[in-house]
Amino acid sequence: MSILANPDRREFLKAAALTSAGLVVGFFVPAGRRFAQAADAPAAPATPPLPQANAFLRIAPDDTVTVLLAHSEMGQGIWTSLPMLIAEELDYDVARMKVEHAPAAPAYFHTAFGAQMTGGSTTTWSEFDRYRQVGAIARALLVQAAAQRLGVDPAACRTEDGAVIAGERRLRYGELALDAATLPRPATVALKDPKDWKVIGQPTRRLDTPEKINGEAVFGLDVRFDGLLTAVVARSPVFGGKVKGFDANAALAVPGVRKVVQVPSGVAVVADHFWAAQQGREALKVDWDLGPGASLDTGAMLAEYRKLAAADGKVAATGGDAPGTLAKAGQVVEVEYVAPYLAHAPMEPLNATVRIDADGCDIWTGTQMQTGEQMAAAAITGLKPERVRIHTTFLGGGFGRRATANSDWVSEAVHVAKAAGAPVKTVWTREDDIRGGYYRPMAVHRIRAALGPDGLPAAWDHTIVSQSVMAGTPFESMFAKTGVDPSSVEGAADSPYLKAIPNHRVQLQDYRSPVPVLWWRSVGHSHTAFAMECMVDELARAAGIDPVQYRRRLLANQPRPLGVLDLAAGKAGWGTPLPGGRARGIAVHESFGSFVAQVAEVSIEGGRIRVHRVVCAIDCGIAVNPTTIEAQMESGIAFGLAAALSGAITFQDGRVQQSNFDDYRVLRLPDMPRVEVHIVPSRERPGGVGEPGTPPIAPAVANAVAALTGQRLRELPLKPRA
Amino acid sequence: MKLRVNGKDHEVAAPADMPLLWVLRDLLGLTGTKYGCGVGQCGSCLVHVDGKPRRSCMTDVADVAGKAITTIEGLSADASHPVQRAWAEMDVVQCGYCQSGQIMAAAALLAEKPKPTDPEIDTALGRQLCRCGTYQRVRAAVHRAAELDQEQKS
Repeated sequence: MSILANPDRREFLKAAALTSAGLVVGFFVPAGRRFAQAADAPAAPATPPLPQANAFLRIAPDDTVTVLLAHSEMGQGIWTSLPMLIAEELDYDVARMKVEHAPAAPAYFHTAFGAQMTGGSTTTWSEFDRYRQVGAIARALLVQAAAQRLGVDPAACRTEDGAVIAGERRLRYGELALDAATLPRPATVALKDPKDWKVIGQPTRRLDTPEKINGEAVFGLDVRFDGLLTAVVARSPVFGGKVKGFDANAALAVPGVRKVVQVPSGVAVVADHFWAAQQGREALKVDWDLGPGASLDTGAMLAEYRKLAAADGKVAATGGDAPGTLAKAGQVVEVEYVAPYLAHAPMEPLNATVRIDADGCDIWTGTQMQTGEQMAAAAITGLKPERVRIHTTFLGGGFGRRATANSDWVSEAVHVAKAAGAPVKTVWTREDDIRGGYYRPMAVHRIRAALGPDGLPAAWDHTIVSQSVMAGTPFESMFAKTGVDPSSVEGAADSPYLKAIPNHRVQLQDYRSPVPVLWWRSVGHSHTAFAMECMVDELARAAGIDPVQYRRRLLANQPRPLGVLDLAAGKAGWGTPLPGGRARGIAVHESFGSFVAQVAEVSIEGGRIRVHRVVCAIDCGIAVNPTTIEAQMESGIAFGLAAALSGAITFQDGRVQQSNFDDYRVLRLPDMPRVEVHIVPSRERPGGVGEPGTPPIAPAVANAVAALTGQRLRELPLKPRA
Repeated sequence: MKLRVNGKDHEVAAPADMPLLWVLRDLLGLTGTKYGCGVGQCGSCLVHVDGKPRRSCMTDVADVAGKAITTIEGLSADASHPVQRAWAEMDVVQCGYCQSGQIMAAAALLAEKPKPTDPEIDTALGRQLCRCGTYQRVRAAVHRAAELDQEQKS
């Protein structure tokens, strides 16, 4: 029984006591860069203690092996890949491992970022050493315990499938767990030579499937316990609006509505269940002071963006003399690309359950930022952070939306529970989600390029206009010196192409608006890849060179992007004939430490773009779980394709014009292309896989449409002209 | 009113127009059926009523009183339904949130068409949204479930 569904503290303590009667392994790697210090997060102590809560691994006397995840499972498959890392070193069948999300504690801080969080496609590479070391430490202790019991040298012992073997004797890990728990942790452990790996690199089925196919998996929205109320919040219809006053009488008259309380973000209707709360909100009358947000209009904003794109901004990358070369150049190509605001729209709407009592504050939610939520709740309740307990549930999709620097939905839920004086689950409706902001920012790219005598670009001058997702957050300190938010220019300023273009310049115009913006799966790459890969394709055509050959020349000295380019082109049959009415387009892009190339095969049917097949090649270094990597490429392509074909959030008179899946269309099953994934064999350090599949699909499709029709679609979503 | 869910009778005190979805989730504690949009657009809330697929967010509870309602929790006792077995075999799920609805829609399709074609799958599951993009595996798993179903029957 999940403690989430029955959050009785005595039951929890009993369960904890049972599991701690065995080997518990915690392990600390000093955190590197510390984002969180700016957020007043406590730094991990230099020599942290090893209480039960800090453990990554528990081995119980009944042989149950439980892995605790320092990161959140939101579909990306770490519920399986992190246990695989431990299983590799522990010599234990990964399919039999139990998995839990860890509580919020410094022990689980990200090894690079100094806060407990999941994002930036960092989980696998950042835990690649730590989780293997945990497995190796546990194995060393179990071997030592066995050696002592049998009176043999540890060197005479080997491990296999959950047991220590010495000669004819075989001791199961469970039999050794109690003894092993009393031994001092070794100072160092050796990790397996990659040639001996039996788990890493093997296609491995997900460990969370059983509970996700029978309805048992607990997402935030599924948390229930006696006395729990449900709230929905009436928020300002425009960004930045404030409550002037409200009339709760009609809302309170709805059967099941218990309370109506004001919170900083609006007015919460608290009821016995969701339906009553939603009915109550419909009956509620709120008088809003809308403020300047009421004039927001995406058409007017786009006009401002375009003006800014023509002016100089802050330099993000430069080499040679791009403007000077362009001024003297013969053939110049000048274009503009536009990407709209986008909502993440995870299938599970945002929600958080909060209980504040004499014991502290318990929060059940699917979050990507445990430390941030803990700090925010501590600030609101006046409790010490360690008395705020974060219970991470499964996330019904994240894509970045469940990682806000200001803990938006969790803070709101804490305010609601505090004001209501009762445990409350605060739930967002789908309309709240689509209209609630935290969007991928709109972006305009203006690029001017000069072609040299060889047809390759001799100069590249590029201005990006977008809104920083880090401005005003603790992450802003990352770019305080330059004024350039790296996540606004990533994929352009550091593009491998620029290394081959002697005169180049990338500038940023940081647009400020009241619209809350946020990282959206692949962040800056979600629009920079579109601009870079479409422009390179346009230049290839202007030079009369095949788009794959053109890219090969530009990437000639860069084996990894070149490798995926060749692999995808080869597997897609680039250059071979297609049935009538179809064409191919290609894109290659580096993001989050991985390289992905995609070839899209498209037709236009009834004025709509149809993508039939996508051939995807990825080089993500060591491929820990190829099954996960394939699934993440399919997933990233589907997510990016939804945006490429139909995604756009627009404002008029400050109001978001979309509200639900009928007018914010996401990809549907009949629109899903056949996706073929090819993984480059590699011994490089692992890169990310959750996000890198998304950036190349929009330009690959746009380039295919250009090949098919001659139409250059430079604005997302892609709308072919009749 | 009386509700028959997964073969069990429940006496429910709910307004007649309360959506079945919230009766299942908030009053009966059957949280496997999910809320995704509330307006019949996403299919996360799909259940069976007398064996036919139905979006529970758009169904007034009074309309299904006395009828046989099946949710993901009642599809099989041990995940042995061919659709669930195929889902496990093809490693379909990612975040998992929409999967109850996908599985229930697939099971309803197979009950009607034991060997569905791709266009039939498009029609039956074309409005079951998934943001993780599991669609390619969903399609493959429906075909696989049809095979498993045949094997089981023969």
